[in-house]
Amino acid sequence: MPLKFANNQSLTGTTALPSAVPTDNLILISTQTASNSATISFTTGLDSTYDTYEFKFINIHARTANAEFSFNISTDAGSNYNVTKTSSAFRAYHREDGTGGVLEYNTVSDLAQSTGFQLFGEQGLGSDADKCLNGELLLFNPSSTTYVKHYILKSNDLGNFDYSVVSYVGGYANTTSACNAIQFKMSTGNFDGIIKMYGVKKS
Amino acid sequence: MPLIKYNNQSLSSITTLPASIPTGKLKLISSQTASNSASISFTSGLNSTYKVYKFVFSNIHSRTDAVDFTFNLSTDSGSNYNVTKTTTFFRAYQNEAGTDTALEYGTTRDLAQSTAFQIIADTMGSDSDQSGSGSLLLFNPSSTTYVKHFISTFQNYQGDNYSIQTYVAGYGNTTSAVNAVRFQMASGNFDGTIYLYAIDNS
Repeated sequence: MPLKFANNQSLTGTTALPSAVPTDNLILISTQTASNSATISFTTGLDSTYDTYEFKFINIHARTANAEFSFNISTDAGSNYNVTKTSSAFRAYHREDGTGGVLEYNTVSDLAQSTGFQLFGEQGLGSDADKCLNGELLLFNPSSTTYVKHYILKSNDLGNFDYSVVSYVGGYANTTSACNAIQFKMSTGNFDGIIKMYGVKKS
Repeated sequence: MPLIKYNNQSLSSITTLPASIPTGKLKLISSQTASNSASISFTSGLNSTYKVYKFVFSNIHSRTDAVDFTFNLSTDSGSNYNVTKTTTFFRAYQNEAGTDTALEYGTTRDLAQSTAFQIIADTMGSDSDQSGSGSLLLFNPSSTTYVKHFISTFQNYQGDNYSIQTYVAGYGNTTSAVNAVRFQMASGNFDGTIYLYAIDNS
């Protein structure tokens, strides 16, 4: 093995640290960037390595006005995204002209034993150049073969009619099969944006 | 200073890094797993080292049907869990049949200057596949100046086959340092893992 030398007080060629060295517990697993894309799917990385997975949505921009961002889960590594889900949803919104100011249960975005895609909670994303959605999705224990798979979703977006909309969705994939892939897409049309998948270390 | 030698391209014998080297913001302090347990208590690790602590609940499973999952705080290292609290509680739910939905404030589940345990997930199901997961943020527990705020988010498969999101926030109304937290069902035992993380100050 060649000798390694300190280079400007950094160590070159090092690929691992001893386990005793503290490191971050929020581990970036992968990042995908949509550019006028129909879907983004994460088909690797969802396994028993972590108990909690976090997806971060950065500047998700609909190419078609009034579309809604959504996701579904797979138990067959992405061949099908059709897991049965039950969820509840609520949101608050306020318009740029000062109207609105509403907190309400969102009957459009909840699911009752449905295999359909889970909507993020907004019924009309804007497609103007500056409009987008940001938020996060927590997915708990996707690899469990004992329990259902809970998820908690929160997002904020600038809607097509100039509303600031904050949406909350909580639910479970009603399956005891391991969930090993997840897909994101618009209800109609394509989208842009960045999705990052993290794992939260458990040891 | 002894020489540090390379060991299969990892650095052996190093247990800390200089402060200038970034190591991330989320630190795992400890985890505990309940297995038909009456309670789980974190009696160490909550101190002035960090300003924000985060508990993550992974598949909390009640052994008794339709029982609430709760927590309380201690200012005496776990001898007593009875800190006075004032809180709010609201939830959204839907049943699997799709016939019952609501977004509502929980007037029977909030606390007003009470030392009782605070509900953070209500009426949890005990079927073999039923569980709940979520998180609890606890802010600056070691402060001797301010009250101790907390914010909880929980998603639960409820005993009557409802999906329920629960949001609880409040404060431990004490200027004593909080140094322990206990989690338990309102009745009966539970399974599941609870992780205690800290958000790095720097």
